[in-house]
Amino acid sequence: MKKTLIIAGALAASLALSSGAAQAAGGGVTPPRQDWSFAGPFGTYDRAQLQRGFQVFTAVCASCHGLEKISFRNLAEAGGPEYSQAQVDAFAAEFLVDGGYDEFGDPVQRPATPADFWPSPFANYQQAAAANGGKAPPDLSVMAKARTFERGFPWWITDVFTQYNENGVDYMAAFLKGYVDPPEDFDPALGNWNLYYPGHIVAMPNVLFEGVVEYPRDAQGRPVVPETVEQYAKDVTAFLMWTAEPHLEARKAMGFQVLVFLIVFAGLLYFTKKRIWARVGGETEGHATG
Amino acid sequence: MSSHSTTYVPKSAAAKWLESRLPIIGLVHSSFVAFPVPRNLTYFWTFGAILMVMLVVQIVTGIVLAMHYTPHADHAFTSVEHIMRNVEYGWLLRYLHANGASFFFIAVYIHIFRGLFYGSYKAPREVLWILGVIILLLMMATAFMGYVLPWGQMSFWGATVITNLFSVIPLVGDTIVSFLWGGYSVGNPTLNRFFSLHYLLPFMIFGVAMLHVWALHVPGNNNPTGVPIKSGKDALPFHPYMTVKDTFSIVCFFIVLAWFVFYMPNYLGHADNYVPADPAATPAHIVPEWYFLPFYAILRAVPDALLGVVLMFAAIAVLAFLPWLDTSKVRSGAYRPVFKVIFWAFVVTCLVLGWLGSRPAEGIYVVLTQIFTFLYFAYFLIALPLLGLLEKPLPLPNSISEAVLGKKQASGSGMPVGAAAEPQSKG
Repeated sequence: MKKTLIIAGALAASLALSSGAAQAAGGGVTPPRQDWSFAGPFGTYDRAQLQRGFQVFTAVCASCHGLEKISFRNLAEAGGPEYSQAQVDAFAAEFLVDGGYDEFGDPVQRPATPADFWPSPFANYQQAAAANGGKAPPDLSVMAKARTFERGFPWWITDVFTQYNENGVDYMAAFLKGYVDPPEDFDPALGNWNLYYPGHIVAMPNVLFEGVVEYPRDAQGRPVVPETVEQYAKDVTAFLMWTAEPHLEARKAMGFQVLVFLIVFAGLLYFTKKRIWARVGGETEGHATG
Repeated sequence: MSSHSTTYVPKSAAAKWLESRLPIIGLVHSSFVAFPVPRNLTYFWTFGAILMVMLVVQIVTGIVLAMHYTPHADHAFTSVEHIMRNVEYGWLLRYLHANGASFFFIAVYIHIFRGLFYGSYKAPREVLWILGVIILLLMMATAFMGYVLPWGQMSFWGATVITNLFSVIPLVGDTIVSFLWGGYSVGNPTLNRFFSLHYLLPFMIFGVAMLHVWALHVPGNNNPTGVPIKSGKDALPFHPYMTVKDTFSIVCFFIVLAWFVFYMPNYLGHADNYVPADPAATPAHIVPEWYFLPFYAILRAVPDALLGVVLMFAAIAVLAFLPWLDTSKVRSGAYRPVFKVIFWAFVVTCLVLGWLGSRPAEGIYVVLTQIFTFLYFAYFLIALPLLGLLEKPLPLPNSISEAVLGKKQASGSGMPVGAAAEPQSKG
């Protein structure tokens, strides 16, 4: 039985893992590995980090990028930044959204409510493209899952066992601070140069600068975390991981329960099976002796 | 199944009443309770049960997902995100369904390789095997169309590449492609018909799987020795011996599935499919799901498009001819020393083809793909026909119980003699 299981496992693993290699995407510099609070089997979001990330998003990203899959109410839900209901009401009220038609059939606007989706910065794709040099900034709702980089052999195998699947966020955090000095011969007319972007030339300019967002202060009036590009990039990336995977905490918590149940159940079944098969002299694998 | 000779005796009046009108309890009893199985089946024989369970998992999760999904080019992507965010446990349903498809293929490939090694395709199981090949084809069509439904970039471009394959058919190719698309490019009509067919095909799989089980229950299970059941000592009743073993195996399989569903649900997918479909932007690499990669490699092995398509379909079709391509009289690979080596070389060939399918079709990869495509077909068309004539197999045991218990015929009663000699006398 042991041999069978090993062969079956190896076969299954190698078949399944071929896909890791398939995730090849573009040519760029491999992003550095980051520590994320939501990585691993017991990962959870860091509420304070999500709130700081939301701050960076609204202050820096939101003027060009949409977040159309997120409702204001999501900001108060468990497993996210967990703002209070009053805070969410206040965020929503800052925006005007389409309010249907009045009694004369004319379109009206109304303040947003927590049930409304995050309003996009542009009325439509064409307007977004026109305002940004011909290329509309993509929506960021699922961006953390829409980007990756090639892990290469043998990492795409070990990743299955170490549960490394933070490719998207490692790439995004690296990208946001990847606007380093371009090579000497780079023609700025081509666009912006980013160390981690596949092909290096990207339409989006550098947006993160030291001190551009004011973080919460402690009792001495110092920011609780450094107001650096590094920290901004990491915080906003964590926030965008939450927007992409708002039920991550519930998923991982349930996963642990499910695995404990299945493993105990499998153990009981194994001994049940042993006992039943003992009636006929135990399990006798029919491998040829030759 | 139709005219079964069952040992089931209804006890209650209601059961007697039903059994005399529709002998369905007896049918189930003879197929899943009293059915004699060789006592030496390994865990490789549990993948049939795993596949049955996976089919049910896919159908159940799929039906619920369809209640929340919108098959429209403008809304499909958003409706999938709606499932992920707002539907209660929608994320669980979707990740189970998406990873379930991958695990369905893991199980079916192990099931197929087990059949290849132990010669389960040989007489009298040819029809059983061919039904299995039909199931594989239906699974592939279903999985392909399912991957299109989220309407991400890989959905759209995968659909474009694969449907375009049909355009290489002489004369009628373009007509067929327009018919598949419902227009002149992949668009909303394509998504609609793919959704419809993605819902239909699993039930066809279910139907053919029933025929597959029926065709299994005529000759009975093959086993690691390849020697048929000869006496009651060789067999055990399906219940409780196989039911408990299958259940244990299914739960172990679910542990691995749960690992992916809960901890790395997007590992087996493509990041590009979280980018909404955009007909104006082609992804850097258009790659199919992992389970299609070996066939994708074969498709791209030759520069001629028509030949590539023919080779790809031939790679699956050749399986159906396997019962007649393998000339060896010995069923189980365990008694075929040369075959054993060639079989494992074939397994490696398939894995390498999978890897090559994930690489861009350029440079050394093209040459390697051609070599391994040749090796793939060589297994079926050269190795198996010749081996049967040239190879000297090892001596076979006289019976399963002899192979298992040794010549001294150790303890273990097995089934009553006679009850198991012929799994089913009348088809």
